Amino acid sequence: MWREISNYIDGEVDAALRWEMDEHCKVCKRCASVLAGTRNVVVLYGDERMLEVPAGFSRRLEKRLARNASGGEQRWSSWSAWLVPAAAVVLIAAGVLLMNSLTFRNFIQSRHAQPGNNVPADLVVVVSDGSKVFHVPGCPFIHDKASERTMTAKEATRDGYVPCTRCLRQYLKTGRVRHSAREVAAATGADMDEDSQAEFLSTAAN
Amino acid sequence: MALNITVKNPEQAGSARDADLIAKVQSGQHELFYELVRPYERRVYAAALAILRNEQDAEDAAQEAMLKAFANIRQFRAEARFSTWLIQITVNEALMRRRRERTVVMEGIDDRHSGAGEAESDYAPRDFADWREIPSETLERKEVRQRLAEALATLDEKYRQVFVLRDMEHLNIQETAEALGITVASVKTRLLRARLMLRDLLAAGWKQGWFSRLPFEKGTKPW
Repeated sequence: MWREISNYIDGEVDAALRWEMDEHCKVCKRCASVLAGTRNVVVLYGDERMLEVPAGFSRRLEKRLARNASGGEQRWSSWSAWLVPAAAVVLIAAGVLLMNSLTFRNFIQSRHAQPGNNVPADLVVVVSDGSKVFHVPGCPFIHDKASERTMTAKEATRDGYVPCTRCLRQYLKTGRVRHSAREVAAATGADMDEDSQAEFLSTAAN
Repeated sequence: MALNITVKNPEQAGSARDADLIAKVQSGQHELFYELVRPYERRVYAAALAILRNEQDAEDAAQEAMLKAFANIRQFRAEARFSTWLIQITVNEALMRRRRERTVVMEGIDDRHSGAGEAESDYAPRDFADWREIPSETLERKEVRQRLAEALATLDEKYRQVFVLRDMEHLNIQETAEALGITVASVKTRLLRARLMLRDLLAAGWKQGWFSRLPFEKGTKPW
């Protein structure tokens, strides 16, 4: 009987069982006492007056909520709090990539090129579009004469150009490039007459 | 515990007042949040106290629960009662806090009839031949409320938590089960036992004169 008292009080027994329990309580003082006492417990503890808070609780809660609302807007949306740092990371990454791309342009542009060795900084040299080397003026191996422009060797080196292996070979670091004057002339098919070629190659060798 | 909860009966969407305030808070009127939760302060505190058994910890947990409710108010869906949602956040917060602090809870007096390992449903209520009902008007007296609170505090925590959520916070059986992470059957069993033990304690208290200085008793007159 008493195992169902809680369900009985909550109205969760079927009509047949409820009737049985009602009939039993009419004749069983103990069960009637248990039922009434349990119902009394539910009524007393269910009363709002049983819910008490410490003195000042409301005031402290209100203050904390107000403080949070005024200064804690970041609590409102957890995802937006990540927006600013995420954007900063993206911008920094983009900046690094951009800088790297600019820097690389200044690196040696040809894998076959060799860095210069003691090239006089103020030596006037010529560069042109589509080429990665700088030449002495008049070098027959200048790639695109129409776009050639002059600058100092220092500037050309800074911009990533390397000495021409023909006209500036004496400045090559490793000195690996060795061509005979005739080989150079034959390989380039430069548009020079023989005298001009000979004069140029003689100048380059010196 | 997910903060998005749904109950089957859409009529449990809460009062019109709650719905109106919730909509305003969700639209940006944050200052109205306290107005929304004020009617539930006591229940939130009581739920936390039932688990933490320490007034300061319970107040901290109650405040944290309110802040979490505020932070997640946009996730609240009108299909559930706002009070239920708030109490469940509070229970969750109190349980987490207790796990973090690893509070050693002084286990209250269980029942005089059971021994170790006895099934929950085997509790037998005591027979009180001269049992008397305690009138609810006696709750106006602080000492009566204190006696009742002391009796509640002696319960084993698993019974106390179920009893507080069900009979004091007025969560239904399903909501109580979800809040505590136990089955409906366990809620019913523990609730029965809690109610019977409190009945025994209150009846015993009556015999011991807990309420002996009441101005009147049911059915009798003071003169």
